[in-house]
Amino acid sequence: MCSHDTHDSYQPLTFAAKPEQLVQADRVDGSMYYDPGLFELEQERIFYKTWIWVAHESEIHNPGDFKTTRIGRQPVIVVRDKTGAIRVLENRCRHRGATVCEKSKGNATGFTCPYHSWSYGLDGKLRALPYPDGYEDILDKTELPLRSLRVDSYAGMVFASFNQDVEPLSDFLGEAKRWIDLFMKQGAGYPIKTQGEHKFRFRGNWKIQLENTTDGYHFPIVHKSWMSSVDEETSEMLSFMTDEKAVTHALGNGHSVMVMVPGHVDLDQDDGTEPLQERFAHVTEALSKEMPPEQVRRIVRSLHGAGFNLNLFPNVAMSMAFFRVLHPVSATETEIRHIALGMDGGPEIANRERLRIHEHFQGPFGFGSPDDAEAWERVQRGSYAGKDVPILVNRGLNREVVADNGDKISHATDEGGMREAYRMWKRMMSDE
Amino acid sequence: MNKPNELSVVSPSLQLAAEFIWREAELLDRKNYQQWAGLWSDTGHYVVPIDPDTTDFEATLNYAYDDARMRAMRIERLTSGNSVSAVDAARTVRTVSRFTEVSRSADVIEVSSAQILVAYKREIHTLFAADLTHRLRFTPEGIRLEQKVVRLINSADSLNALGFLL
Repeated sequence: MCSHDTHDSYQPLTFAAKPEQLVQADRVDGSMYYDPGLFELEQERIFYKTWIWVAHESEIHNPGDFKTTRIGRQPVIVVRDKTGAIRVLENRCRHRGATVCEKSKGNATGFTCPYHSWSYGLDGKLRALPYPDGYEDILDKTELPLRSLRVDSYAGMVFASFNQDVEPLSDFLGEAKRWIDLFMKQGAGYPIKTQGEHKFRFRGNWKIQLENTTDGYHFPIVHKSWMSSVDEETSEMLSFMTDEKAVTHALGNGHSVMVMVPGHVDLDQDDGTEPLQERFAHVTEALSKEMPPEQVRRIVRSLHGAGFNLNLFPNVAMSMAFFRVLHPVSATETEIRHIALGMDGGPEIANRERLRIHEHFQGPFGFGSPDDAEAWERVQRGSYAGKDVPILVNRGLNREVVADNGDKISHATDEGGMREAYRMWKRMMSDE
Repeated sequence: MNKPNELSVVSPSLQLAAEFIWREAELLDRKNYQQWAGLWSDTGHYVVPIDPDTTDFEATLNYAYDDARMRAMRIERLTSGNSVSAVDAARTVRTVSRFTEVSRSADVIEVSSAQILVAYKREIHTLFAADLTHRLRFTPEGIRLEQKVVRLINSADSLNALGFLL
């Protein structure tokens, strides 16, 4: 069992409170959702300090392929250079600060600033600038590359950090690596590729979204309209409220995983007894003409993705069949990307089916995300009331157990994943 | 008052198409989704693409790519009371204009137009500007929607969640 803080000593907190005072083992302060000073501190102590997910390798497959994104509010370019190495560059000309690229993705041989035509290579090196006589003896091009971030990847997931002294990515991911490997099995023997994304914003703090990824408790309530729109097999598959095998693991370093479909945690494990879903009959039939039954089963069983949501602190989740990426915009606004996944080189009919599944739930027009966003905006609005009333994250503390590997395990409807994220938040925010 | 759905066999014209599209816009602003459902042919697709250039909607990720089955489920979602975002959906007012004939055959006309939609919810007005394309089939039972494509001018950017139809 986990230790409890004393419940009767809760003190209303103010903007002057230190970050570590805002988080207790079973509750957090509502100002965490709207204090702009805290938001700035989060940028410095979390988003500019640790590993932030920036891309999946399939998005930048070939030399010259790039995408632009942000870490915190800083614009960066993720690019594969001529040698095949992935680089993450600050999207800021070293001359007067203009962005050197405003395309969301593409292929380039280099980046040229539109203001005075300083041009940079894919590796960030400053290659040329016009009319160089004005810089003779006062400028050394080798000292003015686009600045590079630390970059590392695991299983195709590319992370970057502004902190050159950040711990190794492998250590940061820790116990989560096992789950990343399991997640990738939905490729059914093919590498995973991204297949487009839904981007949407909600008027609320990023941590409200972070909490949601391992919040099984909300699922049958907020997503009632989605549940009633899918076939019986799919709604049955996601009826985990009283399933004892549906558990949440707190994995350390803020990461957590919520298992919703225990039978699909390891998609390679198939005893052949699970019937393939009737809704995918057309896919099963088409694939059966071109491949053996085992491979058909492997692909069709994987169409809904892995049977869990893996939440990696602070900005990416690997949720069933998609990646969820969050970008904090301000204390009270957050952008979310839901990136659809498919099998790179896999059968087109199955990849298209995955697009339709994604459209059904995700995005501003989906049957799921708008209801999530509505609930999150209500949290944001409500959190201003009752400044002496905490946000509770105590569900399941009475049944949390510690496994041999250190994972804290409770039910999928419990709030152990949120407690894990807030432990990490507290640790990082308390570092001077 | 023109009732396009009760027309006998009439040749397609831009004027009749525009009147049909205005009537459709009003049904959507009034959230009269059941009646809106009746405007469609069984094979019709309602599409809100993300990629501004794509025409192969099946092969790309869209905001919405609804055949008859998905449309029926979407209407059920918007009207059942089970969706918290639909129950508390924004009020909308839209104008559709700039009608241009794209193509015409004996019984089908394709019309492009501009839609300016303002949504209001909780003190905030949000603008949704879009190019629309309607493919309309003129049948003895009336005009039927074969396809409606809504290309938001900011489709590739992040949107706020919608509890209504464009």
